[in-house]
Amino acid sequence: MKKLGQQTVQFDNSPQIISSASIVGNKEFEGPLGEYFDQVLADSYYGQDSWELAQIKMTEDVIDKALEKIDLSKSNIDYLLGGDLLNQTISANFSARDFPAAFIGLYGACSTMIEALGLAGIMVDSGAADKVLSFTSSHYQATERQFRTPNEYGDKYPPYKQRTVTGGGALVIANQSGGAQLTEVTFGKVIDLGITDAKDMGGAMAPAAADTILQHFQDTGRSPEYYDLIVTGDLGVVGKELAIDLLAEKGCDIKSNYDDCGVLIYNANQKVGAGGSGCGCSAVVTASYLLPQLMCNNYKRILLLGTGALLNPTISLQGESIPAIAHAVAIEETGSLSSGIGREDIRDDLSTSIVDMSGVEEE
Amino acid sequence: MAQIDKTAQDYQKFVKQHHPSQSKVKNFVTAYFFGGIICLGGQIINNGFMRFGIESNQVGTLTTITLILIGGLLTGIGVYDEIAQVAGAGTIVPITGFANAVVSPALEYSQEGYILGTSAQVYSIVGPVLTYGMLTAMIVGGLKLLIV
Repeated sequence: MKKLGQQTVQFDNSPQIISSASIVGNKEFEGPLGEYFDQVLADSYYGQDSWELAQIKMTEDVIDKALEKIDLSKSNIDYLLGGDLLNQTISANFSARDFPAAFIGLYGACSTMIEALGLAGIMVDSGAADKVLSFTSSHYQATERQFRTPNEYGDKYPPYKQRTVTGGGALVIANQSGGAQLTEVTFGKVIDLGITDAKDMGGAMAPAAADTILQHFQDTGRSPEYYDLIVTGDLGVVGKELAIDLLAEKGCDIKSNYDDCGVLIYNANQKVGAGGSGCGCSAVVTASYLLPQLMCNNYKRILLLGTGALLNPTISLQGESIPAIAHAVAIEETGSLSSGIGREDIRDDLSTSIVDMSGVEEE
Repeated sequence: MAQIDKTAQDYQKFVKQHHPSQSKVKNFVTAYFFGGIICLGGQIINNGFMRFGIESNQVGTLTTITLILIGGLLTGIGVYDEIAQVAGAGTIVPITGFANAVVSPALEYSQEGYILGTSAQVYSIVGPVLTYGMLTAMIVGGLKLLIV
């Protein structure tokens, strides 16, 4: 592993993703990616007494699912890396209670999944660990009441407000052969361009995303065409356009191969404002949609960014603006399939489409 | 050094240009319409009470209580906030909106218990209305004493 430029780490022996799992809420299941997710919650309480407890249970279950898919036991994992949006990152801390592995808690707001993935890569490539489990989750109702107002309170949302995704994602990163591999990670700087509106997360995060994308290209000497897809975590419709235009001003055109998990996860008619947000947004889209696509060769290289608005309701009231951060990982296909990535039926569908495509090429 | 070198001022202008436009006129008209419907409902309830022969000095109070009940019920079954997404100020300003602002935290914080949850948080949204309402009443009351 070596330092590349200012903020990028390039791996020598690319850490591999051997398993990925996701659990989502109803609204996410009804979205265009619904069929890709491993499990859907029947309701927002998930059989618990409160939304916070539901999020903790969802996090525990998604961790179990990621292990179960490749027949690993908890004792095979060296480290847990995770975090979430709730105060004192309770869903991560509490779901690690009964897990017999060292736990490192992280907070990068909605960038946590990618922060955890990048750090897991460093731990595996450096030999500090053989298998690391990275995970995160978010819950619409639990997040809404902590950061904004009670859920049933009738204030009208502006069209640029995003909806926190109910969902949890877990990835197992290892030094053995898997379905996708990490090649570089670019950790981002905290950027704050003075956005104070807590309903405008996309506006707060877009400059951080643009900054990390530019830094990644500068550090690696690459251009946007190098990647089949550049995808940000949860900028939403407004933030996505802002990022495109901010980069265009710097002479970096990503329009043709750029998308955002927050835009991908919902249909336009689901009354979700500008799209999805939250830790779970990039986690579930990565775990169940992007990685299977990558493993089955529909993409060869992806630059994946986690974007986090480091919002705090207390200091917002004291007049402070919203700092934001974005971390990026470059992920490539490995040429081999892993039973842990994607749902079985989805994997079969995707592999069939590859067989069909190769048949056309031969003719 | 940061790659994005826009100043905060420039960026905020930039963001404003990217926000989807909201028609103030449309918001005004829908708020007026929904607020008007609630007032019409109040008037119908008012007339209903009159028809049942309730004394005219009690009808106003009963109507208010009924509207608060309806606002609270609609909040409890999770409908009020959905209507508010269309109605805007039309559902916030009438007394049903006040009921919503009291019932919604009361429901939500029951998860933390009835004493430290519900009862402590029940005024978390309407607190400012009550505080400044009482303050204004005191000032006006004081002025009345001085002038009259």
